[in-house]
Amino acid sequence: MAEPVVTVQGQRQAGEGLIFWLSGFVLLVGLPLLNVLPDPDSWLHVSDFALNRFGKFLCFAILALGLDLIWGYTGILSLGHGVFFGFGAYAIGMHLMLTIGTESVYGSALPDFMVWNQVKELPLFWKPFYSFGVALAGAVLVPTLFAFIFGFLAFRSRIKGVYFAIITQALALCAWLVFNRNETNLGGTNGLTDFKQILGFRLSEPGTQRALYILTVLFLGAAYAVCRWIIRSRAGRVLVAIRDSEQRVLFSGYSPANYKLFVFVVSAALAGLAGALYVPQVGIITPAQIGVLPSLEMVIWVAVGGRGTLVGAALGAVGVNWARSVLTNYFPELWPFFLGGLFIAVVLLFPDGLVGLFTRVREKWLASGLWVRKSPASSEHNG
Amino acid sequence: MKVALGIMLLGTASLLGAGQAIAAEGPRASTAAPPLSLIDRALADLSSGDQARQDAAANVLIEQGDSSLLPKLEEIRNNADRSVRLAIKPLMDLLKNRSNLASPDADRRRSAAADLGSSGRPVVMPWLEAALAGEPNRWVRYTLEESLALIRLASDDPDTKIKAAAKLGELRSSNAVPALKELLQQTGTDATDQQKALANAARAAIGQIDIWASWANAFETIFRGISLSSILLIMSLGLAIVFGLMGVINMAHGELMMIGAYATFVTQECFRAYFPAGLFDYYFIAAMPIAFCVVALCGLILEATVIRFLYGRPLETMLATWGVSLVLIQAARVYFGDLTSVVAPSWLSGGAQVMVGVYLPYNRIFIIVLSILCVAGIYFLLFRTGVGLRVRAVMQNRDMSSCLGIPTRKVDAYTFAFGSGLAGLAGCALTLIGNVEPGLGQNYIVDSFMVVVTGGVGKLMGTIVASLGIGGLNKFLEPSFGAVYGKVLILVLVILFLQRRPSGLFTIKGRHADA
Amino acid sequence: MAERGSIIYLEGVTVDYDGFKALNRLNFIVNYNELRVVIGPNGAGKTTLLDVICGKTKPAEGRVIFGKDVDLLPLREDEIVQLGIGRKFQAPSIYGNLTVWENLDLSLKRASKGVVATLVGTSSQAERDRIGQTLETIGLGDCAQQRAGSLSHGQKQWLEIAMVILQDPQLIMVDEPVAGMTDKETEQTGVLLQSLAEKHAIIVIEHDMAFVRQIARTVTVLHEGAVICEGPVDKVQADPKVQEIYLGHRKQKNAHAAAG
Repeated sequence: MAEPVVTVQGQRQAGEGLIFWLSGFVLLVGLPLLNVLPDPDSWLHVSDFALNRFGKFLCFAILALGLDLIWGYTGILSLGHGVFFGFGAYAIGMHLMLTIGTESVYGSALPDFMVWNQVKELPLFWKPFYSFGVALAGAVLVPTLFAFIFGFLAFRSRIKGVYFAIITQALALCAWLVFNRNETNLGGTNGLTDFKQILGFRLSEPGTQRALYILTVLFLGAAYAVCRWIIRSRAGRVLVAIRDSEQRVLFSGYSPANYKLFVFVVSAALAGLAGALYVPQVGIITPAQIGVLPSLEMVIWVAVGGRGTLVGAALGAVGVNWARSVLTNYFPELWPFFLGGLFIAVVLLFPDGLVGLFTRVREKWLASGLWVRKSPASSEHNG
Repeated sequence: MKVALGIMLLGTASLLGAGQAIAAEGPRASTAAPPLSLIDRALADLSSGDQARQDAAANVLIEQGDSSLLPKLEEIRNNADRSVRLAIKPLMDLLKNRSNLASPDADRRRSAAADLGSSGRPVVMPWLEAALAGEPNRWVRYTLEESLALIRLASDDPDTKIKAAAKLGELRSSNAVPALKELLQQTGTDATDQQKALANAARAAIGQIDIWASWANAFETIFRGISLSSILLIMSLGLAIVFGLMGVINMAHGELMMIGAYATFVTQECFRAYFPAGLFDYYFIAAMPIAFCVVALCGLILEATVIRFLYGRPLETMLATWGVSLVLIQAARVYFGDLTSVVAPSWLSGGAQVMVGVYLPYNRIFIIVLSILCVAGIYFLLFRTGVGLRVRAVMQNRDMSSCLGIPTRKVDAYTFAFGSGLAGLAGCALTLIGNVEPGLGQNYIVDSFMVVVTGGVGKLMGTIVASLGIGGLNKFLEPSFGAVYGKVLILVLVILFLQRRPSGLFTIKGRHADA
Repeated sequence: MAERGSIIYLEGVTVDYDGFKALNRLNFIVNYNELRVVIGPNGAGKTTLLDVICGKTKPAEGRVIFGKDVDLLPLREDEIVQLGIGRKFQAPSIYGNLTVWENLDLSLKRASKGVVATLVGTSSQAERDRIGQTLETIGLGDCAQQRAGSLSHGQKQWLEIAMVILQDPQLIMVDEPVAGMTDKETEQTGVLLQSLAEKHAIIVIEHDMAFVRQIARTVTVLHEGAVICEGPVDKVQADPKVQEIYLGHRKQKNAHAAAG
């Protein structure tokens, strides 16, 4: 049985650090420079569209990091992370809707869909979102709080494994149904869209988008640092220990429920953050992006990249979404086949994902003696 | 047996024939054959521009004509201007309905009676009374009486009105409520004693009808709850068996149902193409085993290619089977297109009226019966056969069973195939209540996952109770909370329930609880 | 409290699994610094007894008192562990994806095992020394950085015992520690347990009568969820009721024990 291997502490440390700084540099400085500097016709040029699209992928990468914490490290499968993503996205989306003001199609201070639904007055729960600060705080705090309540109930009563996966999936279904309703005043099926500006900057300006992109990279770096700090701490080892033998953790004097709750809440907050960064860059959020299927897809990003490695999770999110944007462009009918095949293939053939595949190849190469290296015992961990 | 049936059929036919004869001859006998010219003149008058002459002609035609006039009227209508067309339309409807009163089809007789009742014309009363005298069907009789009472309620005679109101109350006629309420409103403070008596009668009737209606409503809610429960049950059974045995939730279960539905569709198309039309109604009987076998085969393939590499890794199995479901949905979409539908066989269309205001569709009843049969069949297989004994043995202790020489892998494979077959059967049943589309399996699937999780592992009873609970609650909450919030509430309730029993209603306690 | 010297005190404990009484009004007392061996045929309720003490199974009725007057029944498993009760499971239960060192590090008794404490906490030199010492005691000094999943079965058993020891429990419960071990490993385990008994109270569940004779001072015999007999090994083996229980399904072990 091919059990996925979780990173053992101390392994791959040097490589990971290098990858982190290198990719950080490329993402933070390289791409924006290539966007601004070269002649638009040059092959080096990164178009506004491409940069924006890449920013979207990086938002997903933030979410994937959180999901990796809970699934890859702790072994808890959550099929409801789309909901937390949605909370973050809708929180910022609501703020952006309100800042449209009278620029909207109907010229009313109310969002268009409310005019359309004949809502006369702004619902009370929309009002705080006039403030950007409240919206930003809400984007992270609402999913955090929600995850706390949901997780508290679930983990306290030791709902786990398949049971937890199913009730989180039901959560995704319920959230999708509720967000779809018109009377919840969240834009119904069409969601929130047609945003014009953020903090006074026009969203249609390439400069604004570039700034948002850089912000996303910075947040991704911060999220990576936080996750890395967590998994390097003793708490991180407790998480892996929960995956291996929850019973032993319990009988070593730890409360697995608290740790699970902690990691669930952290990953929900990251998902909310991802949603908050996603909305201004993509310009639309609809219930279709937070339902059952998107939530499952998020898990697959992590699996494809390599669960149990942070780099893998981020890589998977970017890779799968990049493949999607290419495939849906050229062969729209093939995408579901590809995605489904990916689900099956990753689980059956590459349980460690791309990173696992890479390590395996590298170790074969090392073992072949072509590369002499002093580090001992690196191959016996991955059997 | 056959002979007896034949005689019965013949008897019914002759009875019906007699009824028809009476209905057809009745009016003619009493009016002593009017001269044909009268009707012809009336027909001619219809197209005259004069309003009075038109009305008189219409009355003559209603009183003396019959359905044989319909083609002529149709002809006039086609050539006439708008006002004439408008005048002829109710005339034609009355005549059509009158002849339908004698139709051999009870449903048509009933709807004709209802239409005539709502026409409000006193002239139809003798027709209704005549039909009532010869009517064998209880519910047609009910509608005839209701229509008569409705017309009488609109009459000028206060006594008749009071009697009609009382009659409508007795009949629990919900159709009469608007008319009765209008009567109440018309009665001012300065009403005469007679008017007051009428108002009282109307009030009493409305009270009677309302009480009845709430009962009927409750009954229908219960039935809808049971109906949804049976759908959930039939969908969850296969899922639960596989979950109980292998700890695996097959996320492609919904798509296996979809395959079952398409198998039914294809069977129907084959019957349409290759079999005589008379046999078409039987396609559904053939479709059930076909759907079961086709999907069981798919399950066997799925088990051999995906599931069996993932034993002991339930979460990964969920992901992989979800992948399978994506592929299957898209494949169906590419091959069959977006929407097709199955024509329910005639013996499953329509429904049975069990009491006033309560109408139970046959297809729902069929699904309820089917789900009960499935439970009984599974129970028999699991607890009364040697194969079932082995399955239960593996369920309880896989290693021990394997030591005892039970081929556990084979048991797994066949159980998975059987569970899939049940999904196929469920898909076949679902064609009766909805379209056949690639996304068919997605509609209820999360609910049936919830059923399995709430029901717990390894006990059939858990699945039954959980589907009754979730299905029933769904329909119970729906009227007051709406479908969406009802669902949300159910999720909350399930989570709260799992607080007390984290692994479902029924769990195997003791030594192997954590294994 | 009448039983001043007892570390664990069970009174009238009943555990009911759907009508099957795994424990039936059981009374059971272990004193400080005692090494107690519990034996009994399969299904006698031995593992259930440990489950009840460590909080994994809550009894339908009865009292479970730890030390002087701590009622264990309302407590969660990890709270009971923090009080000072450690348990080693029948099948080795260790963290296969962590190194041996990390396995021990996680088990070490610490003031707080809450989320925040483990997020910011580091090991002190004294703690590291202690882990190192324990590693030597169980003979795994060389494997400290090895993935625990790659250890042999016997090594895993010892690792788990070491993990329990590092929790500094007052009461250690060990479920069939020598199952699957070689004779030499079995003997070493016996020595280890005996040395532990100097400072801890220990409850051992075991089938291997040779091993029982090696370590036991007092033996308790469980049958159908109740104590049948209690006393020194020789007295227990001579007891006619015990012989009756074991005759038939436990003949071989008895013969083996008599020979040893």
